[in-house]
Amino acid sequence: MLELAGISKDYEGKPLLADVSFTVAADETVCLLGASGSGKSTLLRIIAGLELPDAGQVLWNGADLASTPPHARDFGLVFQDYALFPHLTVFENAAFGLRMRNLPKDKINLRVAEVLELVNLSGFEKRKVTDLSGGEQQRVALARALAPRPRLLMFDEPLGALDRALKDELLNELRAILHRTQIPAIYVTHDQEEAIAIADRVLLLHDGRIVRQGTPAEVWSSPGSAWAARFLGVGNVVIGVGKIQVGRFQVETECGIFEPCCEHHHADRERVALLLKQHPFPLRGGAGGEVRARVEDVLFQRERFKVTLRGGLVVYLTEAPKIGEEISVAFAVECLGHD
Amino acid sequence: MIHREEAKSAKVVVKEAEGGGFASPFPASRSLFLRGSFLLPALLFLGIFFFYPLLRILALSLDASVLTSENLNRALYVLRFTLYQALLSTLLTFLLGFPAAVLFARFDFRGKSLLRALTAIPFMLPTVVVAAGFNALLGPRGWLNLTLFPSSPVPFVGTLTAILIAHVFYNTTIVIRIVGNALTHLDPRLEQAARVLGADSRRVWREVTLPLLRGPMLAAGLLVFLFDFASFGVILLLGGPQFSTLEVEIYIQALQFLDLPMAALLSLIQLSCTLIFSVLYSRVVTRASVPITPKPSIARRPESLREKVFVASLLFLLSSFFILPLLSLPLRSLARLEADRGERGAMQYGLTGDYYTELFINRRGSIFYVPPIEAARNSLVYAAATVGLSLVLGFPVASTLARPGRLERILDPLLMLPLGASAVTLGLGFIVAFNRLLASPWLVPLAHTIIALPFVIRALQPAIASIPDRLRHAAATLGASHFRVWRTVDWPILSRAILAAATFAFTVSLGEFGAATLLTRPDNPTLPVAISRFLSQPGGLNYGQAMAMSTILMLVTLIGILLIEKLRLPGAGEF
Repeated sequence: MLELAGISKDYEGKPLLADVSFTVAADETVCLLGASGSGKSTLLRIIAGLELPDAGQVLWNGADLASTPPHARDFGLVFQDYALFPHLTVFENAAFGLRMRNLPKDKINLRVAEVLELVNLSGFEKRKVTDLSGGEQQRVALARALAPRPRLLMFDEPLGALDRALKDELLNELRAILHRTQIPAIYVTHDQEEAIAIADRVLLLHDGRIVRQGTPAEVWSSPGSAWAARFLGVGNVVIGVGKIQVGRFQVETECGIFEPCCEHHHADRERVALLLKQHPFPLRGGAGGEVRARVEDVLFQRERFKVTLRGGLVVYLTEAPKIGEEISVAFAVECLGHD
Repeated sequence: MIHREEAKSAKVVVKEAEGGGFASPFPASRSLFLRGSFLLPALLFLGIFFFYPLLRILALSLDASVLTSENLNRALYVLRFTLYQALLSTLLTFLLGFPAAVLFARFDFRGKSLLRALTAIPFMLPTVVVAAGFNALLGPRGWLNLTLFPSSPVPFVGTLTAILIAHVFYNTTIVIRIVGNALTHLDPRLEQAARVLGADSRRVWREVTLPLLRGPMLAAGLLVFLFDFASFGVILLLGGPQFSTLEVEIYIQALQFLDLPMAALLSLIQLSCTLIFSVLYSRVVTRASVPITPKPSIARRPESLREKVFVASLLFLLSSFFILPLLSLPLRSLARLEADRGERGAMQYGLTGDYYTELFINRRGSIFYVPPIEAARNSLVYAAATVGLSLVLGFPVASTLARPGRLERILDPLLMLPLGASAVTLGLGFIVAFNRLLASPWLVPLAHTIIALPFVIRALQPAIASIPDRLRHAAATLGASHFRVWRTVDWPILSRAILAAATFAFTVSLGEFGAATLLTRPDNPTLPVAISRFLSQPGGLNYGQAMAMSTILMLVTLIGILLIEKLRLPGAGEF
């Protein structure tokens, strides 16, 4: 359905998006996850037609949309902070897209009632949007985007301004609505929890490039790069120096020497990033390693203790060790490539 | 907020008024008595020279002998024409001002800030200068008619068109500022949301942008209307007495027919209308809130052909509209384009300094008994007196208002009331109230002080309020004596504000026309009054002298404006 091919965009001389390509299939929710400033909002604006890419194409069912202005693309966009029309009521906001399509009044009334019902705002028709709470405004924004039945829905950090509890509630509703309406969607966020909760597929955006994509489970179990592992907070990223000795590849780090099996081709003395994920029992062979280190800090976190070891490794234990005590922890070791 | 010369200072005034959180140089514990004594001189002054004359006007206008049906019909006719020309002027101002506001808010182009400054200049110029400028460009002895159509001059001075064009010239900047600002601060995502929802650019304007601009447009419209409604100099000098608006009719009734009761009746109507519009305006302003988000500017270079044509043609229109009158004035004052006294044979065309040297000569048969440059001297003396008086009265008031208590909050609007009265009404009030003192040269600076005082107070007050007590305490704990504290902390800030306030008062007085034209003796005119008389006299030499004097007045005012801009506190409000 939607296909992006080699989208590039410079911002003030620096590349903001570099050769971004991906597709969104029917009935799929794709989540663009990245730190702020990674260009994800700009990518949405390019898809919507509000900005033009410096290079690359936005295609719908194979047809280039370059000459299609935003109002003719038939996409829906839910803005960060909603961008509701302050001079219009809830009803008029939701009806806006339908009116722009010159639908007859009775059809508009019917459809608006339907979408307001869908987002749990029946009875709010006459209210001023400026009098609504953040969560209610968010629902109006969603209703407004849904009403014209767009062929693609885009969300630009839609829950950014809301608190955690409301966020979770709205996420669940949103997932249900997307599921029910079967509209393909692109969801932009910097919040991992949102991404995990909503995405069929996650695209990790870093420095204007897609560095990893896959289902949430795939991405989180194997982030694929030092940046991604750090960004997603998966395990410990340790930098060491690789040594090739008699056909064996060893990495010397501050936490000890590890021997990961890896498919990269490393040069001797190369700096290498390793991902150390805590493992319940010692693993044999290249996949594992054991670290003995002094405990430097212990932090209680409800059902577990966050333990920082000397050298900076973080592990989670069910029982608190003493500070200064030397403990031994088993890790699964993965090579993330050169640093 | 009525007369043109006063309006210039409105820029600095409003926003910083509530300088909360900071202290005045007078400690909070000062007694009610002390505060009262700071306010008393100014209140007394206003009482004698503002409220008393207004009361006299009121009394005069309610005299039964004035309220004849003939008088009322005349007043009604005048009121209708005043409203009509103001409405027409406002519409035309929007016709130019709205596209200009869009231009400044939405597009980047070379010389943008220069053009913006250029459009703002007329607003601060004395009416006589603007009238002389248009006269120099389009008048019977102006560039256009003398160089292009010498045999069949195009009529301009004396037409409604001239009045309307001058009003547009004056007030376009209001629309540019108020509407342009609102447009700049409008959240761009609202328009983008509309586009994504299927609105093409025309519908985005109609459904989102224009409805959101309704408040600011109404505010700008009312303000422009208010200024056009109360316009005096432009109408008298470019239209002539046959276009009698309320202001002009007050002047004619008072000075030509000597019918003071009728003038007073008209004044009362004028005052009530102004009051109504002012109240409407302030209500609109408080409600005219646009969803403002501090966003980076969305202005960009024009891209499509349509945008380029829009920007280029508007640039051309605006720059020629605002440059030509201002430029033709000084040029005309240096150019001999026709015979000075009808002696065609000995006539020389070309550059001349005669109109300036002539100002120093007292010719027999000229319209004054003294060399015309005396008018400049008078104006300077009056302006200096106005500066002195308004500072002496205004500084204590500004000091107490800088940290307002209940007393100050009650008195503050009272002190600002003179903003709402027109200069002509003030002049009339003086004539009615002080008719035995009419020969006194003091009346003009007194009237000018009434006009300048609110501006002086509003210029000083935020500066005084901005001196933090902490700074003063810090200096004191570091070992500075009382005087050293004042000298090192207060004075650097105060001196700038005082200089700015003084410049305000000076330029207000220098350019003021309405009150001066009613109050000056024929042999003791101010510069604007002299210019207006020279303009209405036949003969190329008189005309040239009017041009020369207007040029001098324009240059002095421009220097004043520049000085005020330089001294202005950063972030001080507008309108």
